[in-house]
Amino acid sequence: MRPEQQGVEVAVLVSVGRHPITGRARRADQDARGLELALGLERQLPGSRVSLLHAGPRGEESEAALRGYLGMGLETLTLLEQAEGADAIPALAEHLAAAPPQLVITGARAERGEGSGLLPYALAERLGWPLVNGLAAVERVENGVATLLQALPRGQRRRLKVRLPAIVSVDGAAPVARQSAFGPARRAELEATPVAAEPDRELAQWQLAPARKRPKRLKVIKAASARDRFKAAAAKAEGGGGQVLADVTPAQGAEAILKLLREEGVLPR
Amino acid sequence: MLETLLPILIFSALGVAVIGAWRRVRLWRQGRPSAVPLLKGLAAMPRRYLVDLHHVVGRDKVMSNTHVATAGGFVAAAVLMTLVHGLGLANPWLGGLLLLASATMFVGSLFVARRRRNPPARLSRGPWMRLPRSLMAFSLGVFAITLPAVGILPAGFGHWLLGLLLAAVVAWGLAEMVVGMTWGGPMKHAFAGALHLAFHRRPERFSTKAGGEGRSTGLKALDLEDPSAPLGVETPADFTWNQLLGFDACVQCGRCEAVCPAFAAGQPLNPKKLIQDMVVGMAGGSDAHYAGSPHPSQGLGGKPVGEHHGTPHGPIVAREGKALVDAETLWSCTTCRACVEECPMMIEHVDAIVDMRRFLTLERGETPNKAPEVLDNLIATDNPGGFAPGARMHWAADLDLPLIADLQQVDVLLWLGDGAFDMRNQRTLRALVKVLRAAGVDFAVLGNEERDSGDVARRLGDEATFQSLARRNIATLAQYRFQHIVTCDPHSFHVLGNEYGELGGHYRVYHHSTYIAELYESGRLAFRPWKGGSVTYHDPCYLGRYNGEYEAPRNVLRALGIQVSEMERSGFRSRCCGGGGGAPITDIPGKRRIPDMRMNDVEATGASLVAVGCPQCTAMLEGVVDAGAEVRDIAELVADALVARPAVGAFDATRRPQAEEVI
Ligand code: SF4
Ligand code: SF4
Repeated sequence: MRPEQQGVEVAVLVSVGRHPITGRARRADQDARGLELALGLERQLPGSRVSLLHAGPRGEESEAALRGYLGMGLETLTLLEQAEGADAIPALAEHLAAAPPQLVITGARAERGEGSGLLPYALAERLGWPLVNGLAAVERVENGVATLLQALPRGQRRRLKVRLPAIVSVDGAAPVARQSAFGPARRAELEATPVAAEPDRELAQWQLAPARKRPKRLKVIKAASARDRFKAAAAKAEGGGGQVLADVTPAQGAEAILKLLREEGVLPR
Repeated sequence: MLETLLPILIFSALGVAVIGAWRRVRLWRQGRPSAVPLLKGLAAMPRRYLVDLHHVVGRDKVMSNTHVATAGGFVAAAVLMTLVHGLGLANPWLGGLLLLASATMFVGSLFVARRRRNPPARLSRGPWMRLPRSLMAFSLGVFAITLPAVGILPAGFGHWLLGLLLAAVVAWGLAEMVVGMTWGGPMKHAFAGALHLAFHRRPERFSTKAGGEGRSTGLKALDLEDPSAPLGVETPADFTWNQLLGFDACVQCGRCEAVCPAFAAGQPLNPKKLIQDMVVGMAGGSDAHYAGSPHPSQGLGGKPVGEHHGTPHGPIVAREGKALVDAETLWSCTTCRACVEECPMMIEHVDAIVDMRRFLTLERGETPNKAPEVLDNLIATDNPGGFAPGARMHWAADLDLPLIADLQQVDVLLWLGDGAFDMRNQRTLRALVKVLRAAGVDFAVLGNEERDSGDVARRLGDEATFQSLARRNIATLAQYRFQHIVTCDPHSFHVLGNEYGELGGHYRVYHHSTYIAELYESGRLAFRPWKGGSVTYHDPCYLGRYNGEYEAPRNVLRALGIQVSEMERSGFRSRCCGGGGGAPITDIPGKRRIPDMRMNDVEATGASLVAVGCPQCTAMLEGVVDAGAEVRDIAELVADALVARPAVGAFDATRRPQAEEVI
C-alpha cells in the first residue's frame, strides 16, 4: 500500500516572456514549463489546486502573453497590477504570505527586464522558505514533505526531500509546456488587484541595451581519425588545463589571473 | 383483389415514408442553423442533379447509364404507379408509360446486379447487397401488375394466389424503395441526396446556366469576434444542419476511399467511413453496422468496427479512450480534395475535417506532433520555421529585387511564400525572377513585409492565427498598388485568391505557370527546344482541384517543346504528394509514405523528370529516397530554356513609361 498522498496547493508565478528572435511578448518558456509541471502534479495528486500569479502592468501585449498560460487549461489568473518598472518581489511576497500555498513554482529566469534569475531567491529569503532550483519532476508529496527530482548538468538527477511550503524553480529540464488553446485562453479571466507599487530604484538607474551573444570559445580539435574527432566532439565541455590555487596570498592569486589573461590574449602580453 | 390491395399498399407505403421523412428531418435539424434560400435551392436542384452530379457520375460511363436507367425508371414508375394503381387512372397511355418505366428500371437493376456480383472493395456490402434484388422486385412487380391495366392480360387473369404473390413482391419493392428511402435503407441517398443538392452549403460550387465556373474551395471563416460563437465542431450536432444532411446523402460508393492518398498509405483515415461515422453520430449508436472497408490501419493495431460510438451531443473525439472517430483520423488528411472531387453526392469532406480540427486545436490545444511548435512559430515569427522575419530576403541578397515599398505601385507583386526560407525553393524563386526579368515584367516584392499566408495554420485548425496573419497581410497589401499577384506557391495562391476575400482582401492572383503561359503567348518569352528525356507533370492539389488550373502548366511545358507523358492519375485525378493540410507536420504514421506512392506513379510513366509547380510538392517528391526521376519546378525549366526574345527591346523601352502614364 502506498501511503496516502494528498492534494497540494500550487501557485505558479508567471511572467511576460519575450521571443528570442522577434522580441514579441509570449508566454515565457520556463514559466510555461513550470505550469506544465504543476498541471502534471494536479493529475498525479487528485485534489491539488493550481493557481497562476503575475505581478506587473496590464496592457494589451502583456495580457495576450498571460492568456497564453491560461490557454493551457486554467480559468483564472491573479494579476497583481503594478506600474511599469515596479518591483515585483514585495508584491508577490506579500500576496504569497497572506494565503500561503504549499508549493510555489517559477521559471528560473525571466525573458525580459533584468532576467537576473534572482526572483526565486529573493522570494525564498523574504518568506523564509526553502528553494530548490532546476526542478525536473515532483515525485511525491506526503505529509507535507515533497520528494523532488532536481536536474543536474549532463542529464544527472538528484532526489531531494523538501519540507513544504517551498519554492522551486524550473529551467529547460522540466517537461515541455503543452499547447496553449485559443478558446480557453480567450474565456479565462484575469483577476486584477492593484497593489502598492514600490518602484525598483536600482533598476531605474540601470541602462538597458539589447544583449549581444557572447563569443564562444572555439574548440581546436587535433584529431587524426574519425573516431578521435567524434570523441572530441562528444567530449564534455570542460577546460582541461586548470589549476587549483590554494593557500596563496592575494598578490600571488592576482598574478596567476593576470598571467592567464595574458596567455589567452585577453590582455596584451 | 389487386385493385383493392394496391391502393392500400401504395398509400400506406407513402404514409410510412412521410413519417420517416419527418423523423429524418428532425435528425438533421439537430445541427446548427445555416441560412440557405430554401425555395431557390429547390428550384436549382434539378439542374444541380442533371448537370453537376451527373458530371461526376458520368466519369464512369457504365455506372452512369445504369443509374440513369434505374433512377429515372424508378422515379417515373413511382409517379405513374401512384396515378395508375393508387388513384386508379387506368388509362392505357399512362399504363404503357408505366410499363416502359418499369422495364427500363429492370434493365438498370440487371446492371446493378452485375456490379454487385464481385463488388470492388470500395463498395459497401451489408444491406447494399440486397439492393439489386429489391430493385428487381419493384420493377418486375410493377410491370406485372400493370399488364392487366393496359389490357395486355385480362383483368381477372390468374389465380388469386398469383395475385397475392404479386402483391407481396410489390410490397417488398415498396418497402425498400419508398419506405427505406426515409427510414435509413440504402435508398436513403436519393431522399437525402436530393435535399442535399438543394440546400448545399456551397451553392457557388454548382455550375449555372450563365456559364458560372462552379468552383468553391475556400474554407469558410470562423466568427472570432463573437466570444460566444463556437470554435469548430465538437459534437455531431455542432455541424450545420445542411452539413448533417450532406453526410446522410452518402451512397457508400467508396469513390472517395479509392482516391484518398491517406487511405492508400495505410493511415487511419477512410473518408467514406468518416462520413458514415458522422451519420452514426447524428443518429446515435455505434459503427458496428458499417459494411465497407474500415481504416486500413492494421499496422496500428487495427480498427475493427463496433468499437466506436457516438451520440448527437456527445464528443466526436474523446479526450481519453474512444468516441466516434480517433484524432489521428482527422490529422491524417492532406486536404487534397480528391474525395470531394470524386464524390457523386457532392459531400464536403474537407470542410468537415477542418471543422473538427478547429475544435481540437482551438478548444483543446491538441494539435499533434510538431504542429504546436509550428503554430507558435507562426505566431511569434510569422513563418512556420521560426526564422527571423528580417532574413526573408537573404536568398536574394545579390538579385537587387525591387521592393514595393520603394515603388509604391507596380504591375506584378511577386509573392514569395515561406519557400523564401527554404534552400531548395530559393532555386525556384531565383529561376522565376530570371524569367520575369527576361520578359521585362514590371514587378516588385514585399520583402520583409510579407508574412506566411496562413495556409498551414488554417488547415491545422488554428483559425485565430490564420486570421491574424491574413488581416495583417491584407493591411500590408492595402498600402500598395499593383495589378495582380504572382506566386509560385499554390497554397499562397489559393489562400490569397480564395480565402482572403471573406476577410476583405480581394486580389487577382496568378500561379506562376499561368503567368508564364500568358507571357509566352504574348510573345514575351522565347525558349530553346527541349533536349532532355521524357517528362511527366504532377498537378498540385491546390492548383488543380482547388483552382481548376490544369492547362497552363501543360501549355508552358508544350511551349518548352516537352511532350508530357501523363501519369495515370493526373489532372483532376492527380494524387496528392502528401504535403498539404499540415500532414507532414502532424505526421500520422501509416504503412507507406504518400510521396513514395506518387513517385512510383511518376516512375511508371518512364519519365526521367517530373515537372512540379509547388514548393511543397518539390520538397515531398525530392524527399523520396532512391527516386528514379528528377524533380524540377516549371520555373526552373523555363529559366533554363530562355533565349533572347526575337523582338528585343520592344517591351523594355516602352513598358515602364506606359505603366506610369496610365495612372
Ligand atoms: S482530402 Fe484527400 S487526404 Fe483528405 S480525406 Fe479527402 S482524399 Fe483523403
Ligand atoms: S462520401 Fe461520397 S464518394 Fe464517399 S462513399 Fe459517400 S457518396 Fe461515395
